[in-house]
Amino acid sequence: MRRLLTRRSLITSAALGAGGLLSGCDALSRSPGFQDILASAEDANFLVQRALGDRMELASEYTIADLSPKFRANGTRDPGTPDYTASAAQGFADWQLRLTGLFTKPQNFSLSALQSMPQRTQITRHDCVEGWSAIGQWTGVPLKFLLDLAQLQDKAKFLVFHCADRLSGRPYYESIDLLDAFHPQTIMAHRLNGEAVQVENGAPLRLRVERQLGYKHAKYVTGIEAVARLDNIGSGKGGYWEDVADYEWYAGI
Amino acid sequence: MTFEMTEMPKAKNLRHRRTTRLWHWTNALCLLVLIMSGLTIFNAHPRLYWGEYGAVGDYAWAAVGSSETLGYVRLGETKIETTGFIGNWRDSDGKIQTWAFPGWATLPSYYSLAEGRRWHFFFAWIFSVGLAFFMVRSFSNRHVQRDLHIVRAEWRPSHIWEDVNNHMRMRFHVPDAVNIYNILQKLSYVGVIFVLLPLMIFTGLAMSPAMDANWPLLTDMFGGRQSARSIHFIGMFLLLVFFIVHMVTLLLAGPFKQTWAMISGGKREGASDA
Repeated sequence: MRRLLTRRSLITSAALGAGGLLSGCDALSRSPGFQDILASAEDANFLVQRALGDRMELASEYTIADLSPKFRANGTRDPGTPDYTASAAQGFADWQLRLTGLFTKPQNFSLSALQSMPQRTQITRHDCVEGWSAIGQWTGVPLKFLLDLAQLQDKAKFLVFHCADRLSGRPYYESIDLLDAFHPQTIMAHRLNGEAVQVENGAPLRLRVERQLGYKHAKYVTGIEAVARLDNIGSGKGGYWEDVADYEWYAGI
Repeated sequence: MTFEMTEMPKAKNLRHRRTTRLWHWTNALCLLVLIMSGLTIFNAHPRLYWGEYGAVGDYAWAAVGSSETLGYVRLGETKIETTGFIGNWRDSDGKIQTWAFPGWATLPSYYSLAEGRRWHFFFAWIFSVGLAFFMVRSFSNRHVQRDLHIVRAEWRPSHIWEDVNNHMRMRFHVPDAVNIYNILQKLSYVGVIFVLLPLMIFTGLAMSPAMDANWPLLTDMFGGRQSARSIHFIGMFLLLVFFIVHMVTLLLAGPFKQTWAMISGGKREGASDA
């Protein structure tokens, strides 16, 4: 009996074929041009998700009964810098939120000033890009309230959030567009589940931008900069993870 | 001078219409990419939960365990060791890796959540648009009504049981009616095309925080984002089962002839050439 195709040769060639295919896909995956093609689908996600329904539609809100037993912390657990540690030791009494850049009236707010402003409390689901979710109750001042005080100039198109923590030696930052900036659920939160936000969850001030994934929710926020473009900040992609790991700037999916 | 033309069989004499063939291969490529890139995404957090929330510290009904010496899959309280395959495996350089799914099963073969997501969403668009197009076209060209519609007599348990028996004895078709799909074929094709594949799209969308704001009902109907993620994963597993059965029946029914028919269209038995 002639055996043109032995089982061994079949398995070997299948493995080689699969291996070739895989390394071919890896080469494609590493090529910037091909990445741009793949990433074009993310533009479609952005356009379609923004086109669906009311652009100010609220993310789902939950009840106390739905809270996660413990709100998971990810990324930086403690900025650990001398300044941050000193500020934490006195309950962040000296913490300043600086509004800079394209504002008509740039100004600073202390934590106590922020706490005396109108507040919004919302129980929302935090969705991580990795796949997990945690439900927490956040209290903070609506970002819109601060923007109305500082007054954006017409040129401003994005808000950049500067943070006190560094990851792998680079300062963490994030950015959102004005649609999300003026969304009613976008708040600068200082309370989580009825207590001051813990250090691991971003004390004393964390951005909540509920219709996007967790990495957009900048922790340890020290400044909000209004800008016309993002390409001259950090490595130019609009955020820490966008710069170092190619996460999408628009994180609605 | 006249030419003797070898005429292409007319569309109605083909076993598989052009739309079916085009969609079949597009879909095959999409599913391959979607499953492999999906496993890359799963590797970022290899735990599955029921309900709205779920993170490290919450109870996972399924989880992959990893260490430098051991890999295992835990389902409920049952641990199954998977060292060498899941949770602990060697990459092409012989180095031990502790990501959940091994490099040969993921896209890209190395861990990159961002690249995995890009592959996934790009092919998800092609897959979704292709499926929608195929569904509409299959009704308008009467593929569904003619070939996949299940008539009342076929729903009889005795008929289904008879077909199960025929399959067990490797008899897949009534000998003089190979073009007619049997009840198990109809059930699996209808189940995959009209239930399982749309389910994958909707559970996928249900995981998106922006879709949660736009269409909260979507996440609610699956019982929460983490339930949607679990169903998405189970659906992927069912698609793999379908693929394996599809391949086994293909091998038993004559792989070359069947594959060529899905490429060229083939010829319906009993149809004349002219």
